Amino acid sequence: MTSSPARARRVTPIPIGILAAIAVALLGIPLIGLVLRTPWSRLPDILTSPVATEALRLSLLCSVAATAVAIVLGIPLAWVLARAKVPGVPVVRALVTLPLVLPPVVGGVALLIAFGRRGLVGQYLYDWFGVQLPFSTAGVIIAEAFVAMPFLVITVEGALRSADPRFEEAAATLGASRWHILRRVTLPLIAPAIVAGAVLAWARALGEFGATITFAGNLPGVTQTMPLAVYAALDTDREVAFALSMILLAVSLAVLIALRDRYLRRGAS
Amino acid sequence: MSLAARIAMERPDFTVDITLDAADGEVVGLLGPNGSGKSTTLRCLAGLESPRSGNIIISGTVVEDSSGGVDLAPAQRSVGYVFQDYLLFPHLTVLDNVAFGPRARGVAKRDAEAAAQTWLERFEIADLADRKPGQLSGGQAQRVALARALVTDPDLLLLDEPLAALDAGTRASVRSVLRRHLSGVRGAVVLVTHDPLDAMVLADRVVVLEQGQVVQVGTPADVARRPASTYVAQLVGVNLLRGEAQDGLVSVGDAVVAVGDRRIAGPVIVAIRPEAISVHHQRPEGSARNTWPGRITSLEARGDLVRVEVDSVPPLAAIVTPGAVAELALHEGAEVWLSVKAVDLDVYPA
Repeated sequence: MTSSPARARRVTPIPIGILAAIAVALLGIPLIGLVLRTPWSRLPDILTSPVATEALRLSLLCSVAATAVAIVLGIPLAWVLARAKVPGVPVVRALVTLPLVLPPVVGGVALLIAFGRRGLVGQYLYDWFGVQLPFSTAGVIIAEAFVAMPFLVITVEGALRSADPRFEEAAATLGASRWHILRRVTLPLIAPAIVAGAVLAWARALGEFGATITFAGNLPGVTQTMPLAVYAALDTDREVAFALSMILLAVSLAVLIALRDRYLRRGAS
Repeated sequence: MSLAARIAMERPDFTVDITLDAADGEVVGLLGPNGSGKSTTLRCLAGLESPRSGNIIISGTVVEDSSGGVDLAPAQRSVGYVFQDYLLFPHLTVLDNVAFGPRARGVAKRDAEAAAQTWLERFEIADLADRKPGQLSGGQAQRVALARALVTDPDLLLLDEPLAALDAGTRASVRSVLRRHLSGVRGAVVLVTHDPLDAMVLADRVVVLEQGQVVQVGTPADVARRPASTYVAQLVGVNLLRGEAQDGLVSVGDAVVAVGDRRIAGPVIVAIRPEAISVHHQRPEGSARNTWPGRITSLEARGDLVRVEVDSVPPLAAIVTPGAVAELALHEGAEVWLSVKAVDLDVYPA
């Protein structure tokens, strides 16, 4: 289009330009501020301090575990939503989508009601097995999975819907069983969507705050993940909060770049 | 018979009811327009769809018997299927695509790949083994699809519009290569096409479908020379005139056609192959007994030739070379004369 000799001149109206500039400032200045105020010289010390290493370890452990839960449970759920011809699928889909828009703190309260020590399910877990999820690392994983799984389910369901079912027919005519088709054809075909959904879910789990602090509390070394450590550090040592925030910002940027370069451009291979 | 089948199905606007058989090594061409039920028939043979009623026997094995409650899954039938757009698995290399069938049937990876390699060599595409399907031309993809379908040595090979995914430029060469490869297939072959030329070139026997019914069965030459209905004639491009014969003349509506055969009488069908018709600027003189004036209504490329439709009485279609089109400056709307020798007409009782 740039070679077109009669290229239309598009002039941005001044009010729109001003409002757009304010929007950019609103989004950009805080991030620039974070970079400027990050105590770069203290960074090695802060990141090797017990609070930071424990928070980093917990964050990685819980977000990866929550992503694994989301993959193991979410892919079958996506399959059912995309393929199963049973009544009630729209209701289930609405249920799955809800955590995407639900305030995380409400999710945390709901998790307490379900899995708390006197909760609907939690009382039996405690009475029968002695399992207590709230204020435990397992509770963090559940809270993060609750919030993150819908990202994976929605992504994979979309891919399953748009995948050409005739590839599965082709595999069937070649003698493949349903299980073989699922493993060798269906899942590989939607692999990019699974990876994209997993990365989204992982990023969401990594940043999870509201549901975690409500359901699992803020215990250093047990449930205090990075975002919770940032929150706690704001009261004690702001520079620690800035440094930890900088780490999360870097991770978010890395996720964005990874998704852009590898999974949002389809069919490049 | 390697294949013996009867398939009945309800479609929204017609009923499919087809009897089909094929011997080992025989290529049967199922020819019909889109929506005539031929793809449905193929899917039923493969087990991808179930007929309302019918029975299918492949090499002595009953794979479908609606009254006996038999309906084997595709994986349990000895069938190879080449899909219209080939459906090569995009995430697998050419070699892994071809090895997929043996692997799915539990053959060890090394043996499956060796078998795949053998077929790639047979089809002269061994150098493509490591490519992904996205890097193949249409003709190459078709050979890979054919190798993938044949590597499990099926008793029945099915091809759904094997040339439809190709552009016109490569279709002719791919068609002749496919013909060579099909002639070496051990089992029975059923191929579905809406293109008469595919059926004529590739099939040993043509089964013409119309609205879910078989309207004609015969060798390609038979069907082209003696189309059983106007529909088949249109399909294979032959001019077909219905009329009354007497003393070597056939009256077709307001026109009279001279035919070579003086003995035939009563209702007849006159078949005129479009290649037998000559196109002239002026009324031709010479031995041609039949001449008709008319105006060109359409010019249409057919492979290397051009089909010329003329609104003469009766309306006729001729096939000429592009050279003739240029030399005679043929164009739509041009006034021309058509001629055909009486000996070039085929007449048979209606």
